[in-house]
Amino acid sequence: MVPTAYYLILSAILFSMGVAAFLIKRNIISIFMSIELMLNAVNLSFVAFAHMWHQIQGQIFVFFVMVVAAAEAAVGLAIIIAIFRTRRTLNVDQINLLNS
Amino acid sequence: MELALFLIFGGLAVLAGLNLLLQRHPIHSALSLVVVMMSLAVLYWSLGAEFLAAAQVIVYSGAIMVLFTFVIMLLNAGEEERTTGSRAAYLAGFPGAAAIFCLLTFVFLSERKALGASPLGGYLDNSVNNITEISTTLFTRLLLPFEVTSILILVAILGAVVLARKEH
Repeated sequence: MVPTAYYLILSAILFSMGVAAFLIKRNIISIFMSIELMLNAVNLSFVAFAHMWHQIQGQIFVFFVMVVAAAEAAVGLAIIIAIFRTRRTLNVDQINLLNS
Repeated sequence: MELALFLIFGGLAVLAGLNLLLQRHPIHSALSLVVVMMSLAVLYWSLGAEFLAAAQVIVYSGAIMVLFTFVIMLLNAGEEERTTGSRAAYLAGFPGAAAIFCLLTFVFLSERKALGASPLGGYLDNSVNNITEISTTLFTRLLLPFEVTSILILVAILGAVVLARKEH
C-alpha cells in the first residue's frame, strides 16, 4: 500500500524541477521540454486522485491533456524552427526584439 | 511490493528529472525526459490506469519526444552558453521552485490521513476494466469534446505545416 500523498509529493518534486528548469535554461528547446515535464507531473497527480476516488474522470482528463500537449508540441516546435530560420539562434537571451 | 515499485520508478523519475535540469546539451535533456515519461508510465500502470500507461509510452515518449529529438538534430542545437541575462532567473528560479515544492509537500503531508493509501492495480466503480470504462465515458458522455479534440489536432497539424514552411 503506497500512500496517495507519496504520489502527490513525487508530482510536486517533478513539477518544481520543471519550474526550475524553465527558469534557468537558456536554450529554447530545453525550456519547451521543461513545460512537458510540468505537464507530466500534473498528469501524475490527476491519475493518483482518480485512483483515490475510484473515478474515471481523472484519467479522461489526463487523456485530453495528452492530446493538447501533442498539439502544443507540434505548433511550438514549428515556431522554434521559424525563429531559428530568422534569428539563427536558439538562445532566448538573443531573441529580444521586443526588448529594445 | 507496491512500495518497492513506487520507490524504484519514482526515484528513477526524480533522478532523470535532475539530470534534465543539470545537463547543458538539449539532446541529453531530451533523453532524460524520455526516462521520466517511461517511469511515469509504470506508475500509471501501478495506479490502475493501463490505457494511460500505454498512451504515455506511445504518445509522449514515442511521438512527442521523437519530434523533439528530430528538431534538436535538425537545428543542430549545441551546448547552451551561460549568459549574464540568466542570473536573475537563477536568483528567482531555485528559491521559487523550492518554495512551490515545500508548500505542496507540506499540504500533502499534513493531509496524508485524509488522502489514504492506494493498493496495486485499479478497482473502479462498476467497471469491467479500465479501457472499457474509459471508452464508454469517452464515446457516450464526452463524445463532443472528443470530436473537438480531433479538430484541434487537425488545426495544430495545419498550423505546424504553415509555420515551419520555407518562405519564398
